[in-house]
Amino acid sequence: MSMPYYVAPEQVMKDRAEYAQKGIARGRSLVASLYVDGVLLVAENPSKTLHKISEIYDRIAFAGVGKYNEYDQLRVAGIRHADTKGFAYSREDVDARSLANLYAQYLGSVFTHEMKPLEVEILVAELGQGQRPTQLFHVAYEGTITDEDRFAVLGGDAEPIRTSFAERYEAGWDLSAALQAAMGALAGPERTLAPSDLEVAILADADERRAFRRLDDDALAGLL
Amino acid sequence: MALPLFDVMHDPGPDFTALLEREGLLPALGASDHGITQAHGTTVLALRFSDGVVMAGDRRATEGHAIAHRAMEKVFPADEFSAVAIAGSAGMAIEMVKLFQVQLEHYEKVEGVTLSLQGKANQLAQMVRSHLPLAMQGFVVVPLFCGFDLTRETGRIFTYDAAGGHYEEADFQATGSGGRDARTTIKLGYRDDLNRDEAIELAVLALYEAADADSATGGPDVVRGIFPIVATVTAEGYQRIEDDAIAERFEAAMERRRALHGNAGGTLR
Repeated sequence: MSMPYYVAPEQVMKDRAEYAQKGIARGRSLVASLYVDGVLLVAENPSKTLHKISEIYDRIAFAGVGKYNEYDQLRVAGIRHADTKGFAYSREDVDARSLANLYAQYLGSVFTHEMKPLEVEILVAELGQGQRPTQLFHVAYEGTITDEDRFAVLGGDAEPIRTSFAERYEAGWDLSAALQAAMGALAGPERTLAPSDLEVAILADADERRAFRRLDDDALAGLL
Repeated sequence: MALPLFDVMHDPGPDFTALLEREGLLPALGASDHGITQAHGTTVLALRFSDGVVMAGDRRATEGHAIAHRAMEKVFPADEFSAVAIAGSAGMAIEMVKLFQVQLEHYEKVEGVTLSLQGKANQLAQMVRSHLPLAMQGFVVVPLFCGFDLTRETGRIFTYDAAGGHYEEADFQATGSGGRDARTTIKLGYRDDLNRDEAIELAVLALYEAADADSATGGPDVVRGIFPIVATVTAEGYQRIEDDAIAERFEAAMERRRALHGNAGGTLR
């Protein structure tokens, strides 16, 4: 009888984490920040149709970086979860925290039990109302969940972007200032980005029930 | 609740009803109306005008010969550019509208684009058709659907029968117990070039006549301040007309009729 190869669990986890990090690092990064009216989400994304940012529910948005087919599957699952919950109970019972927890559990279980971890990092943003604060839930590829109350940076090259964005961050800034800071941080010291390189959306209160809105190139040019 | 993930072969796609089926959340069929009192909604109508469509409905629901609700809403926005009105078994109808609204938004979010107006009309037909077993047992739901077609840049109206057949109407339609009276009134006052204001006035008069002749249709309730719901769908989207503006129109119509002992006096007004 042949003995199965023994690999230390530490080594298995380390290999999987490295694999996932490499996959995520191949894609471009994303910045989400609170501003005076709500939440701004900025992703570097030259495609106008394959979105990284999308609407989940009335006051909840989703953003993902890494492998498109994997985070898109999670995005659709999130919409399904939210719509089913809102239909079965009530629209106000749908919240970002429970959805972020589900994402974290799923990513965690795939990371531990499956051959291949998901090469994604995702963000669930919720625009606050009444007792509920505006929040950003950041879920990493292995299921680690963190809640941020100022800003979040996702992607393989996150550290320098986070440092640069943190230096510019001001509480209660307006949309234009937040957008410029996000563009500067995403571009880094050696590049400049144009509106056509970006996918931008906001969660902000308007007269409508749905708070999610995409900002097109013209709107961005107006803000810059 | 777990994260609703499906393998590729069994994925419901952007279909919310199919998703509810997979999750076991669709109500089971097989009820019977024996001994159940159910509320019925009555008159709803839609008519086209130069910039879009007007949709209107009275506020009464009946249980047999009794009035069950005086302030029921039967006209709903289906999404930004379409509206749906219901006549028939009230509980089922409102549930169907709720499902339809979620379905349209669900499709839009999953696919990233909105359905065409024809696509929305077909979707509603499928819902009415899947409701057929209950319709056979007395829970008939007959919706009226209208919207602004953004590609053709015109308002369009669709009617349905209990079996899910749907038909596009050229100019106007009304359904429910007072539908015939409402239809006749619209027919007498209809022109191709009605503007928004005239179309709203015609919808108000049609509901007035329906309530005048049909006991199950509620007229303006001046004592409680409850007036029919009137909404327009144009290139600017769905817009419900303020209750005060509708109340004013009914007050004016009643004032004219009072002077003529209840008659219109030679012209539709």
